[in-house]
Amino acid sequence: MEVLKESGQREVFCGLTSIVWLHRRMPDAFFLVVGSRTCAHLIQSAAGVMIFAEPRFGTAILGERDLAGLADANAELDRLVTDLLARRPEIRTLFLVGSCPSEVIKLDLAKAAERLNERLVGRVRVVNYSGSGIETTFTQGEDQALTALVPLLPAGDQRQLLLVGTLADAVEDRFLTLFERLGVGPVLSLPPRRSTELPPVGPGTQALLCQPFLGSTARALQARGVTLLPAPYPLGVEGSRRWFETAAAAFGIDPAHTAAVLDPLVARGQAAVAPHRRQLEGKRLFLLPDSQMEPALARFLHRECGMELVEVGTPYLDRTLQQPELDLLPPGTALSEGQHLERQLERVRAARPDLVVCGMGLANPLEAEGIATKWSIELVFSPIHGCDQAGDLAELFARPLRRRASLAFA
Amino acid sequence: MELTLWTYEGPPHVGAMRIAASMEGVHYVLHAPQGDTYADLLFTMIERRDRRPPVTYTTFQARDLGGDTAELVKRSIAEAVERFQPQALLVGESCTAELIQDQPGALAQGMGYGDLPIVNLELPAYSKKENWGAGETFYQLVRGLLKGQIPAPGSPRPDPGRWRSEGRRPRLNLLGPSLLGFRCRDDVTEVTRLLASVGVDVAVVAPLGATPADLLRLPEADANVCLYPEVADATCSWLDRQFGMACLRTVPIGIGATVAFLNEVVELLGLDPARLPQPDRSRLPWYSRSVDSTYLTGKRVFIFADATHAIAAARIASQELGFEVVGLGSYSREQARAVRAAAAELGLEALISDDYLAVEAAMAAAAPELVLGTQMERHSAKRLGVPCAVISSPLHVQDVPARYAPQMGWEGANVIFDSWVHPLMMGLEEHLIGMFRHDFEFVDGHMSHRGETAASAPEAPVSGVWTADGEAELKKVPFFVRGKVRRNAETYANERGIGAITAEVMFDAKAHFSR
Ligand code: SF4
Repeated sequence: MEVLKESGQREVFCGLTSIVWLHRRMPDAFFLVVGSRTCAHLIQSAAGVMIFAEPRFGTAILGERDLAGLADANAELDRLVTDLLARRPEIRTLFLVGSCPSEVIKLDLAKAAERLNERLVGRVRVVNYSGSGIETTFTQGEDQALTALVPLLPAGDQRQLLLVGTLADAVEDRFLTLFERLGVGPVLSLPPRRSTELPPVGPGTQALLCQPFLGSTARALQARGVTLLPAPYPLGVEGSRRWFETAAAAFGIDPAHTAAVLDPLVARGQAAVAPHRRQLEGKRLFLLPDSQMEPALARFLHRECGMELVEVGTPYLDRTLQQPELDLLPPGTALSEGQHLERQLERVRAARPDLVVCGMGLANPLEAEGIATKWSIELVFSPIHGCDQAGDLAELFARPLRRRASLAFA
Repeated sequence: MELTLWTYEGPPHVGAMRIAASMEGVHYVLHAPQGDTYADLLFTMIERRDRRPPVTYTTFQARDLGGDTAELVKRSIAEAVERFQPQALLVGESCTAELIQDQPGALAQGMGYGDLPIVNLELPAYSKKENWGAGETFYQLVRGLLKGQIPAPGSPRPDPGRWRSEGRRPRLNLLGPSLLGFRCRDDVTEVTRLLASVGVDVAVVAPLGATPADLLRLPEADANVCLYPEVADATCSWLDRQFGMACLRTVPIGIGATVAFLNEVVELLGLDPARLPQPDRSRLPWYSRSVDSTYLTGKRVFIFADATHAIAAARIASQELGFEVVGLGSYSREQARAVRAAAAELGLEALISDDYLAVEAAMAAAAPELVLGTQMERHSAKRLGVPCAVISSPLHVQDVPARYAPQMGWEGANVIFDSWVHPLMMGLEEHLIGMFRHDFEFVDGHMSHRGETAASAPEAPVSGVWTADGEAELKKVPFFVRGKVRRNAETYANERGIGAITAEVMFDAKAHFSR
């Protein structure tokens, strides 16, 4: 498949944004960004509302004194962490999250984590990773966070399935029920719900990725002897079915049994998608690069909702992880990797698609040009995985079109 | 190093973006990593702007750092100039680029753009913040454009009354309104009307809606109005020093300030004082004197905002509404002195802080009945169960209303009366609720004006019986749709004669109703 590689201005969040969903997954963890006011402002703006008085994330904002000497910066960081943990005794894991400024001044957060771990041993575990915009794009923040956890996972030989990537708790519960019905188990998750309950891994572990953006985590797991099960991602009925089937096959489950468990779900999911398909069928879709979920979404929207794909952009194309999705896209799909924003917007304007999936900075300007949009950020904040959510997922894309059709001002 | 959970202000380059995005014909090339592009959404989402801010980000990555980031800067500048054809170019860096010292401003100046005015913005990201960045950018831009016009030292100051001898109407510039400022769009309209009522024209409004060419015309006005000191203070002082332009510094928010503002205008421009309108142009004075407002007497109010709005609110609350101000503060360190003075007049010590937890603690300690604050205080007040009206940036999308809702002038006073008093229980209503509180019909939800506590909807009568796993699944549904999911599942079960509502039944129903 031809891929248009572009470089130029990118309009995407940095990896810090992943904190918004990661911190909800692990309620006993705190994410401390070591960065600037920009970093604090980014997370605040991406998170949207300041519902929590004291959220489990924050930014240690570097000041001029920290820039003057790294010795001071390290001492300051230790002081700040001590104060923070005294205030938040329920915290079991502290993620020190690197940013562009901390990386450019070469503030060694790995060393800082080591130093703090010695001091806090038995109370709080300190882990570090980078969510910086010079290293990571949006969802890659989660990939980096999980990669940092991999060396900490205990060794374990048992035959098990490991689900990799944050799912909404309700979706995960549902998946666990289904795996049980399929006869696949035990099933563990990374990240776990409690940051201290890290799943053991070893050669008996087969990993199934819930998200397509976890390449570095996948490689780190493979280095621990884990087998990766390549599958399309559990978005939409078809992706979910194949995802479950892959796990069931790897665990030697009789295909007839697998089908007996999945068929009713598939039928129900398809029925839920059907009304939205009527809205979406034949409509032309343009996905701007954002979360790396674009190929999987394109596959769902094309194959199950009948949309035509004008262009499928992705910030980064991990061939290994995306191959199962690319195999399902129609031949000749226009894929693009990276971004040159202005040129891409020119293509959008020239193609006049019926729906553009894009970030919040671009949505209203495109709407004002008469082009319907869907915010991509909703796709990482909403439960969209699995057959049971397929209808909801389709509805997310159908809604802007339905709304436009329902408005009249004359 | 300072721990920040939520912040009142963004970094200084966001202030620069506010200036660029407020104006026409200005483009800003910002040396910054990709994540910094989040700032676009402040404009396109909060302000619902129909176009992206005129900003080109270099979005350099780690792999560029080894190579030539300066080349990347030049390429971005060249592309931006070519594509957007700006009349003035701002060039600057965000926090990260400041550390790698590519000097983008100097690079731009060396690119041979001849007549294109280029402003090199150096905004120290590790010590300054958004409002300072906005003020500095506006000042640098005005200075950069006007430096060729500065009169020779020792030239006489122009007479603000010269309009008479020049045979024209007097005219003033309105300086400071910008995007993401509080109600600036409508304040400009209101102040323009206010000035028209005394026969004064508006020459240039800037930065909001101005072009670089408009800024070149600033010295043609008889004087400047510093509407928002956070943004325009430095510029007004410079125009005063270099061009001898007088500046009106009373911000016309509230009746007293509007009257004082008009008096100043009339005096400075040498207008006929008989033309001054009466304050009864606004309903606030009468509404405040009317008997229902007796109940407002001595209401305890806590105020925290940018300096301009905090000072104005304190005066209105204490003098025009008869509230008792029990706390006053601001996150604007640059204007701390004025806030301290306003607090001292009320026998209070001003809280100058950008730590919203300290503000929340002060709020709780003051035990107010009403909070006037920013989006941050709205959240804090909600947690404390105290009604709140937002009076200042930082904003949420709901603070940019569709209707005309200025803060300044006569209409601004009307808007303020309504929006501060509505969150409180109205006078007679409060009295009646006190009287009838013990009656059996009394339901707390009737106190509709108090805070934002909505009465919980009654649950539908149970039909099918929920199994444990069904209930467990239902609990995972977000609370605001749970009632609907429950009702749908029960209807579905009823219609099909299903006795036990399991998780499966719930999912079946969900799929059924999603049709
Ligand atoms: S791109 Fe870098 S500087 Fe900007 S918010 Fe992200 S980590 Fe912070």
